[in-house]
Amino acid sequence: MTSPIDPTAQPSAHASVRLARTIAVTSGKGGVGKTFISANLAAALSRRGQRVLVLDADLGLANLDVVLNLHPKTTLHDVLSGQSDLEAAILPAPGGFSVLLAGSGLVEYSRLTNDVREQLLDIIEKVKPRFDYIILDTGAGISDVVLFAVSLAHEVMVVATPEPTSLTDAYATMKVLATQQARRNIKLVVNQVARVGEGRTIRGQLQQVIDRYVSPMVGDENESLKLDLVGEVPIDPAVREAILRRQLLMEVSPGSPAALGVGSLADKLLG
Amino acid sequence: MSTADLTAELQLQTALLLLKQAGRELNIDAQPGSTPWLQAVVDALCDLSSRDALTGQANRRQFELTITREIDRVARAGEPALVLMADIDHFKRVNDTYGHPAGDQVLRAVAAALQDCVRPMDTVARYGGEEFAIILPNCPTTFGLTVAERIRDKVERRPVNVAPGVDVQVTISIGGAFAPQWVRSSAALWVERADRQLYLAKSEGRNRVCLEHAPVVQVSAEEKGMLFGTSQFQDLE
Repeated sequence: MTSPIDPTAQPSAHASVRLARTIAVTSGKGGVGKTFISANLAAALSRRGQRVLVLDADLGLANLDVVLNLHPKTTLHDVLSGQSDLEAAILPAPGGFSVLLAGSGLVEYSRLTNDVREQLLDIIEKVKPRFDYIILDTGAGISDVVLFAVSLAHEVMVVATPEPTSLTDAYATMKVLATQQARRNIKLVVNQVARVGEGRTIRGQLQQVIDRYVSPMVGDENESLKLDLVGEVPIDPAVREAILRRQLLMEVSPGSPAALGVGSLADKLLG
Repeated sequence: MSTADLTAELQLQTALLLLKQAGRELNIDAQPGSTPWLQAVVDALCDLSSRDALTGQANRRQFELTITREIDRVARAGEPALVLMADIDHFKRVNDTYGHPAGDQVLRAVAAALQDCVRPMDTVARYGGEEFAIILPNCPTTFGLTVAERIRDKVERRPVNVAPGVDVQVTISIGGAFAPQWVRSSAALWVERADRQLYLAKSEGRNRVCLEHAPVVQVSAEEKGMLFGTSQFQDLE
């Protein structure tokens, strides 16, 4: 079942409309490349003909605009406060995807109550028919704000690096998501790997600790938390280069090892 | 333009009247109109505007300022910090039975009792009506319940004399939550979590303390050992 790749196409009331997959990208530890992965994955999916929206869900402390070198006039903040309509806040980004930026100061307004949650869910529901993927780029940490943002998406993707601190925080995040949000499937992307296969090793390590300590907390064998390694992105000087130039790696160095890693991640998601 | 010229244009009568009415003497030996004197006036006004007129404790504005700073600090320093929301039980009955002046006396007495229970670094604020908020920076999680219980107990044991021969005994319900350490959050969420606990304390019968159980995010040494102990750098085939 494929829907036409035409952003102006309107969903028909009768035809069954394919709705976007919603994926929250989170990490536990900051600085592991969460926003880098979100933005470049969106670009990679766009290149594969997918309609992608990246929603900056790092409410209040957003930096997707910095990564993409965008200077938005209209943000999610304006939509939630009723100063703008949703359409005006969905902006085209380099890389062929769309973005909905949070805007700074959102956290002051959103007490992240059920009202705000309903509003955000409503926004996501509204745009779902027009996209194939909605990627929610959340903040660092395991704060209630981050957990709230993750709770808006159907799928969760945790970004980790092989560093012990990143792995510990990624594990803590998974534990909280399993116990508090009843997540039973979490996607794992290992960023900055030194060699091929390191991602698989790390997934194995994490799964082992989860089976031993987390699964007994959440229920029986059938309900245990399963980690799915969806990507492995190598350490690559081209990444630093692209970030400093505030450009997408997929645009400036599409043939670099890291860009190819993000490409494989997109392929894996597409199945 | 000299300082004297500048002050000639300043209209300070209202400000000085306000300070006088609030009983704030300017403890300064400077010449009226001089910069040190003006600084003292501004300082006194700032202090006045940060306090609740009835109880003399921090007001809502000062509370918001303090808690916003505190949550920023907690996110960076990772120190545990506790916020308690305390509400006088059945306060309306006090007003209805003994009159509003008695109600005011009860508010003042409870505020003083709260202040007596905390450290100088803590902030006791009148949050609104008969609700108080207490911010306790660097409060170890294991002490949270002890502190809150001490406050609740102190209020219960200290009847308020509202008229000759008339002592009113009031109790408070307390809800509390620790700020999430090391992570970004918002003051509003933090207060809301404490408020939820206060609601619980009320619905469980009042005159009690409810503290939020910290979510399980700790990773034990055992778990870390398993995460890193074995063949992390070998393929698990």
